[in-house]
Amino acid sequence: MQTEVMFAGFGGQGILLSAKILAHAALEQGLDVAWVPSYGPEMRGGTAYCMVVMSDLPIGSPVIRNPLHLVAMNLPSLEKFAPTVKPGGVILVNSSLIPHGSGRGDVRELLVPVNEIAIKLGSVKSANIVALSAFVSRSKVVDYDTLIRCIQEEFAQKKDLISLNLKAAEEGRKLTYLCSL
Amino acid sequence: MGKVLMKGNEAIGEAAIRAGCLNYFAYPITPQSEVAEYLSRRLPEVGGVFLQGESEVAVSYMIFGAAACGERVFTTSSSPGISLMSEGISYIAAAQCPAVFVNIMRGGPGLGGILPSQADYFQATKGGGHGDYRLLVMAPAGVQEAVEMVMRAFPLAEEYRNPVIILGDGLIGQMMEPVEFPDHLSSKPSNKDEWATNGMATRKSGRPNIVRTLILDPNTLNEHNLHLKEKYERMKRDEVRYEPYNLEADYRGLIVSYGTMSRVCRSAIDALKEQGVEVGMVRPQTLFPFPEKAIEEAASKESCEVVVSIEMSMGQMVEDVERSVRGRRPVEWYGTCGGDVPTPEEIMEAMKSFMSSESPHLVHSSTG
Repeated sequence: MQTEVMFAGFGGQGILLSAKILAHAALEQGLDVAWVPSYGPEMRGGTAYCMVVMSDLPIGSPVIRNPLHLVAMNLPSLEKFAPTVKPGGVILVNSSLIPHGSGRGDVRELLVPVNEIAIKLGSVKSANIVALSAFVSRSKVVDYDTLIRCIQEEFAQKKDLISLNLKAAEEGRKLTYLCSL
Repeated sequence: MGKVLMKGNEAIGEAAIRAGCLNYFAYPITPQSEVAEYLSRRLPEVGGVFLQGESEVAVSYMIFGAAACGERVFTTSSSPGISLMSEGISYIAAAQCPAVFVNIMRGGPGLGGILPSQADYFQATKGGGHGDYRLLVMAPAGVQEAVEMVMRAFPLAEEYRNPVIILGDGLIGQMMEPVEFPDHLSSKPSNKDEWATNGMATRKSGRPNIVRTLILDPNTLNEHNLHLKEKYERMKRDEVRYEPYNLEADYRGLIVSYGTMSRVCRSAIDALKEQGVEVGMVRPQTLFPFPEKAIEEAASKESCEVVVSIEMSMGQMVEDVERSVRGRRPVEWYGTCGGDVPTPEEIMEAMKSFMSSESPHLVHSSTG
């Protein structure tokens, strides 16, 4: 079984990092994984996106046009990638910056104001972790506990950021739980 | 050490250190600058030398100098940079010095683009620089294989006293995949006392070694080139590597593809199988020497109607595929060369159209 997750937003939103943490969690769970960043000539503030492919079999093509899931952190990303998501997938919409949903009726949509939540916790920088945690809680592409371990490991060198990001993860999880009630 | 998640470019740098290479001279260029970034930090930690040259031309001669002294040395670059290094590479091959080059290819010609491409096939396998020389060319299809090939490249370069080049594309360099590093590099004792200008103090022979490439006497130059040819023939005999895929099936189409492109083909072959359509693949892991016999044999299978070279270039490897198939089956080309990697669906469609065509395929097809 192969799962693909597209993370997309603008430069500085921590797109590559949250994708890397997910890829790490997939590796920890014994899956084959490919982390494929966009590395084209992008300007500051332009779009940044990154595909994570995970599979219990060796991954063939790491280049995916139609991912199963999407984490959209800004409007241009949602507009660009929402139409490519496979039916039945999860689309997480950062409702702090995106005024509407994907318009897709055949996906599981999750509207989360990740920026506002992160600002309340003390830093907008943790918005990517709120989104990642909310996405994982809903899609269950990896175990939540594994994800938390990988977040701790990622920030191991920056101890002051661990508690902020763990709080961000917890908020993301709680919110997803409430949304699915 | 277990598996770690690592970017191809960084893993290539780490693999070189683990192969015992402590000399890296380079000039940055996208999409492989992370190798230099990584090694600028790592090499000082292990007592190695990181040196950014003033240009790729200069770098190639720094490599020549270190190699001539018997040091393990390597560099990495991307297409236009390798063009600049090609003069030095010709000299290194002529002087029979071992060195490892990595080309993380980008689209060309000229400055081209920075997205994945395989447009330097000719440059790597047929020359690049001047004169009758060959490079041993290895082509990884993922980060783990890139690591293994880098670690193998050093002993091979020393055994043959010839430069080895690893041909990857932007995706191999930029992608992160799980990697497991082999612990130690097992290699034969170095033969460098026979040729390296490493000083007379430890030399057993008492004979000075001289590194040179100017050979004005026609007979001596002819002898020299025949000796080089003998080495290249030995590579053809002993160093061919390839991976067969789905060749046990009664395939109607045979794909020849390498690197990132071959992984897309693998996905296409799996999906076609689910539709009841069998396609096989030979994936060259060495591009020189080329797996000619394996391709000829696979093409000769009774069920096989057509052989297709699928590559991210305008049709370069297809010439070697044609040479290998020796007219036994029609040979086609399919590919792109702008940086967009074809999808499995596009490969599936292309293979179906090649296999359904009733007329002999005499003309190469092209796609947009």
